Formats: sequence, structure tokens, C-alpha cells
Amino acid sequence: MTALTQRTIDVIRKNEGSLLANWTANLDATGVSRDARVSLTEIEAQTREFMRLLASNARAGDTSISGNDWSETRTFLERLSRSRALQGLDSQSTASFIFSLKRPLFDLLQAEYASEPADLAPQVWAVSELLDALGMHTIRTFQKSREEVIARQQEELLELSTPVVKLWDGVLALPMIGTLDSQRTQVVMESLLQRIVETGAEIAIIDITGVPTVDTLVAQHLLKTVTAIRLMGADAIISGVRPQIAQTIVHLGIDLQGIVTKANLAGALELALKRTGFAVSKAN
Amino acid sequence: MDRIPILRMGEFLLVTIQVDMHDQLALTLQDDLSEHISRYGSKGVLIDISALDIVDSFIGRMIGTISGLSKIMDAETVLVGMQPAVAITLVELGLTLPGVSTALNVERGMRLLRERVLAQ
Amino acid sequence: MDGSQPISIEQDVVLARQTVRRLAIECGLRLVDQTKLITAASELARNTVIYGGGGHMDWEFVEEGTRRGLRLVFRDEGPGIADMKLAMTDGWTSGGGLGLGLTGAKRLVDEFSLESTPGVGTRVTICKWN
Repeated sequence: MTALTQRTIDVIRKNEGSLLANWTANLDATGVSRDARVSLTEIEAQTREFMRLLASNARAGDTSISGNDWSETRTFLERLSRSRALQGLDSQSTASFIFSLKRPLFDLLQAEYASEPADLAPQVWAVSELLDALGMHTIRTFQKSREEVIARQQEELLELSTPVVKLWDGVLALPMIGTLDSQRTQVVMESLLQRIVETGAEIAIIDITGVPTVDTLVAQHLLKTVTAIRLMGADAIISGVRPQIAQTIVHLGIDLQGIVTKANLAGALELALKRTGFAVSKAN
Repeated sequence: MDRIPILRMGEFLLVTIQVDMHDQLALTLQDDLSEHISRYGSKGVLIDISALDIVDSFIGRMIGTISGLSKIMDAETVLVGMQPAVAITLVELGLTLPGVSTALNVERGMRLLRERVLAQ
Repeated sequence: MDGSQPISIEQDVVLARQTVRRLAIECGLRLVDQTKLITAASELARNTVIYGGGGHMDWEFVEEGTRRGLRLVFRDEGPGIADMKLAMTDGWTSGGGLGLGLTGAKRLVDEFSLESTPGVGTRVTICKWN
């Protein structure tokens, strides 16, 4: 591990102002600060804060940033990359923010160690390692924030696609649309079961008219859901079983064990009404 | 020793399980119930598990046994109030309680019991 | 490991369930996943008492990217399992149960591993991710 010397740290502290100016110029040249999503005042504040943290936290010795000395800096970088992830900036521009400080720092070291080239290389290496570590930390946090955003959106999307509707007193319907993957089926079924408890519905109709294909896994999920609904004390009807799906189910050898199926939603509603004691007749 | 109380309502017995049962408590309940059915000639047993947030294979087996026992002693069993998460877990566990009648809540369960007994 | 508690007698199974419930909530598991994990823990804790002659449950929180999870280890120094394949067969039991303990627990969690040496003991590790 290359170590930072006190001399290097001193020269950085002494030249904080000029480093900041060069860094800002560098950021400007690479276009990082010209992004409309981040205001110039914001960048200025961030560079000044980071420069201050770097100058005050750097210690002679090892360049690891995992210690207590760097906790304030880490928090600052985490906040920075999180806000950038939310603003929709890419990881490159976020990382460039740190990496564009390398040039001014190297220039400074080169001037400082001009007469001792043997000392220069290890110090450049040490500073480079330090900035790499800080940059990597930024990217890691950035990535994590982005993943969190994606996960949240996925969840929101799942909730949007699970409408459980009340068709009649005691009769709920779940019109399923689109391809069913295992995770989605699970969430959909859970919300159906929850609604059964909330409404006290006796019969739930699961309509699969809008489902393009049913494979073994989806069929198993349907079966499990119907079994769970029965355990809770309600019953289920599956409707919208199109000819192709019926064929697949038979071909796959899936046994729908006494589960009531109807060709369409109207047929299922008619049966549900009959079971709950209603009769539909034409007025007059 | 602690016990789960069994309420007598006419020809029916009502059990509300509200505590996290350890296995011995479940076995005691099983014995107490069959004892009650025989002593009072009860026609139906209603087990309310709406307060239970888990049912594992041991309690599942107890419910199945109670249902089987009461059937032999000419009484119907209805299990009511199973929570959605519990139902999903039981199905995944492989315990579907075949032969056990279920209802959404106590009121529906009572209605179901009365219908069953009347039908006999 | 972040913690451990003994599972020696039947009442400890109830205590283990309560601990797992608290940890599962702390871990941020969804209600259905909490229920699945507590149920799996209940099965395994009972096995530890009945077949292992008592043992311990250890737990730790695990993290992977943005996912958090809860890992539980049930270990005993009992007689061990002679035929692992048979033990993992649905419906097979050596103790008069339904034979759903091990296989059922496996279906309820995301990760499951069983190590057992006859005469040395058994160790079941399960994990549930949120």
C-alpha cells in the first residue's frame, strides 16, 4: 500500500483555492457542470464542500477510505450520488465529478515534487488510489440508489395492475391481463385474498380472458390460490378459459381438481349469483 | 395447567384460539373437545382462528384430527377466520385440510353449521 | 451471526416463533413472507426438540445489493439423519408427524440447506429475502 506523505497533504491544504478553481474549470471543460439538471450553484457548493472534506480528512499513511476519518466524506458522497440518481443523471457524469479532480491534483504534485521525481510517482499513485476509492464509493451508492428507484417502480407497477372489482354483493372479480410471471401472480393473488377478507365476499371470480398463455407454473399458482381461498372459507370460479388454454392445460396434464371453470365472465357471474341466492330476470 | 376455553352454545361448541399455542396446549384442546362433544352430545364445533398469525403442520394436523374425531362422534366441524397469509402458507406447506369445512367468519360459520345439522 | 437462543423444550418453539416474528418485521419482510418464515422456523424448531434432543437457533441479517434477508440456523447435537434423501421426501416421518416438516419448510423459504452427520448432529440453514 502506497502511503500519502505529510508533505503532499500540506501542499493540498495550502492550495485548496487554486485546486478548486482548476477542478471547476476541468468540470466545465468535460461538460459535467453544463448539465441543466444540476445547477451551477449546486456544483459550486458540492466542489467546495468536497475540497474542504478532502483537505481536512486526508491523513499521512494509508489511503483506505473505510475508516472513521472518512465517514463525513462518505456520507457527503452518498448524498451526492443519491441526489444525482434521482435527478436521472448517468453513472458516468456522477463518477466524472470525482475523477476530474485528478488532473488538478496531479499538476499540483508535479510542480511540488519537480526536483524529486523519485518521490513524485508514489505520491501520484497514492492520490490516485484515494480518488479511485472515493469515486468507486460514489458509483456504488449511485448504483444502489438507481436499483432502489427501479424496485420501487416495479412495485408500483404491480399494484397498478391488480384491480380487484366488486361485481355484486359477495362476489369479487379479478380480471387478469397480460403475461403472468410467478412474482406478479403472487402479488395479484395476495391482494385478491386480502379483499375477500375485507369485503366478506363468498365467491371470487378469476378471469383469465386477457392472459395469452398459461404454463405449468401459472396453472399451479391458480390452483394454489383457489385452495387458499377455500381454506379461508370462500370459493373461486375461473373464467375466460379460451380453447387454446384449455388445450394447453389438458396437454400439460394439469389436474384442476374440481375447480369450477366457465368459458366467460358472464357465465361465471351467473353461477356466482345463483350460488349466493340471487336470480336475474328480465323486467317485464 | 393452561387450557383453551370451550364455549357451549346450545348444541354447538365454540373455540376461539387467541394465543400462540405450544404443542401440548393443542393436544389438550383436542382431548377437551372430544370430551365435550361426548358429554353434551354436541352437533357441531366451530373453531375460530382469526387471531392466529401462523398455523404450522402441528396445528394443521390438530385441526384435521378434531374434524375427523367429531365426524365419528356425529358432529360437524367448521373452521373460520383463517388469515390470507396463513392460507397461502398452509397451501405452500402442502397442508390443504381436505374434508375440513371452512367459513369466512363466525357468523357465516354458525349459519353453515345450522344448515348442515338441519340437512341431516 | 447476530444472535442465538436455545431450543430445548417444547415451549422454546413458541419463543423461537416470537423471535423470528420480531426479526422478520425488523428485516422488512412482507406479511406473507413473514408468515412463511415463522412457519418454517416453527417446523424446524420442533424438529430440533423432538429429533435433535434440543439445540440452538442462530440468526443473522444478510444484505445483497438492495435486498435484505434473514438467515436462520437450527443446529443440534442429536443422532443426526441417516438417510437424507428419505428425510426430504414429502410425507415421510420418523416421529409420527405429517412428514411435512423438512420438505414443507424448504418450500416456504428462498434458501434451504441441510447438513447432518449420524452421531454428530444436524444443521438446517434457511434464508428468506424481501
